[in-house]
Amino acid sequence: MLEIVLISSLKVVVIMAAVLTGCAYATYMERKVVARLQHRVGPTYAGPYGLLQPIADAVKLIFKEDIVPNRVERITWGLAPLVSFVPALLTFIVVPFGADIELFGRQIKMVGSDLNIGILFILAVTSLGVYGIVLAGWSSGSKYSLMGGIRSSAQMISYEVGYGLSIIGVILVANTLSLRELVEQQASVGDWFIWRQPLGFILYLTCAIAETNRLPFDMPEAESELVGGYHTEYSSMRFAMFFMGEYANMLAVSAVGATLFFGGWQGPYLPPVVWFILKVFMFMFFYIWLRATFPRFRYDQLMAFGWKVLFPLALLNTMVTAALVML
Amino acid sequence: MNLDTIIFAISAVVAVFGAVMMIGQRNPVASVLYMIVSLVAQAVLYIQLGALFLGAVLIIVYAGAIMVLFLFVIMLLNLRGREDLGAGSPLVSKVTKFVVAGLFVLELGFVVWSGVFPDSGSTGIQSSASEFGSVKVVAELIFMKYLYPFELASILLLAAIVGAVVMAGRAAVTETDESDDDDPVKEQTVDEVHD
Repeated sequence: MLEIVLISSLKVVVIMAAVLTGCAYATYMERKVVARLQHRVGPTYAGPYGLLQPIADAVKLIFKEDIVPNRVERITWGLAPLVSFVPALLTFIVVPFGADIELFGRQIKMVGSDLNIGILFILAVTSLGVYGIVLAGWSSGSKYSLMGGIRSSAQMISYEVGYGLSIIGVILVANTLSLRELVEQQASVGDWFIWRQPLGFILYLTCAIAETNRLPFDMPEAESELVGGYHTEYSSMRFAMFFMGEYANMLAVSAVGATLFFGGWQGPYLPPVVWFILKVFMFMFFYIWLRATFPRFRYDQLMAFGWKVLFPLALLNTMVTAALVML
Repeated sequence: MNLDTIIFAISAVVAVFGAVMMIGQRNPVASVLYMIVSLVAQAVLYIQLGALFLGAVLIIVYAGAIMVLFLFVIMLLNLRGREDLGAGSPLVSKVTKFVVAGLFVLELGFVVWSGVFPDSGSTGIQSSASEFGSVKVVAELIFMKYLYPFELASILLLAAIVGAVVMAGRAAVTETDESDDDDPVKEQTVDEVHD
């Protein structure tokens, strides 16, 4: 009993530490890659190649004044950054990042918790993530925040439909909801579900970008229209928490995407964890690449695209997949 | 006191607390938040009973979709809890609410008194050994045994969606201000698709 608790807590601590470090260095990666794509050099001063930049950023944010505007609804306002950050972290609990290993005579699964409804858990947690942004927008008592909050709730509910449907294709093919079994079924490159669900993958990628509010779908915080959107009134660490939440969300959908479509930790020669990180890294690079390439959608275009293009396509994909599985 | 009992006790108390606080709030957003708390606690109870699928669906559909819609509507109407919602209700509704509340209290008292839930040492919870409530069993029930009722229910929902769209369309025409009216309508249908 005690042993199980110890092993689980240790795993959770390691996963959380890895994800938080990942978030910090995702900001560094974003700045570097975007800079390179725009013929700049990005951060260079803090440490070699600017590698200490995330730490410098964190220190700066911690020492900033924590301003609480007069017209906010205190409790909700304070809760919102947490609510947007925690669900993203929870996703990593069910994502497997390696094969089972033997340590001190004990079989240890390289996953926080091997739920047999792992995918449902991810969907449930993702659907809770929207509250952070909605509540921040509402409780700030500012029209820009409210606009950002309303936009984002509309956007996230809309794209969640496509997000869920795009995953259903994979579930139908794999005939399981457990992420561990999904990874086991994709032992070689030929078995990757991206080959059997190409449309599903494209839909997943698009909806994931919209779900995480990244360019070209970053409506909730469109700087040129809404100042800062839902986090206009936040400063210091509260703002930092939203920021980390965004990156944790990106990492989460990248990790889930790598697991669903690219075989998770499976790969030759290198250790499984390295393969997993590489695949997540690839997703993150794609994200940043998109950000540096595309302009923002207009809001009505975004909603029309979600409901009139992505949703029917996702339905079609589900039906065709179901028919093929039946045959 | 094993772990199961402790988890049950915590989530049961939280579920009831959330439900009570939900009806006791003036601020509608606070009500929604308490309801989410209650729903999450209920999901824990389902999962503890082995009904993993029901627990997950409770969070995905209710906490994740319907409650977001509630918040959305509250935000659009910009309700801040200063409105006196209970005032001036006609005598009929006052009588009705006391009668209904009284009936529920009676029902609850009857359940407790008759001992439908036996006091089986612990909480009466048993993790069922069978696959009760798992995705597979639920799917078999819905898509094999109760296929026709299930499909009929979905047609009913479809009719509701179409009805909402038609009524909203009319409202937009009469107000001649389509751009403002479009979005909330869209959201209403969004939620029903989730259902």
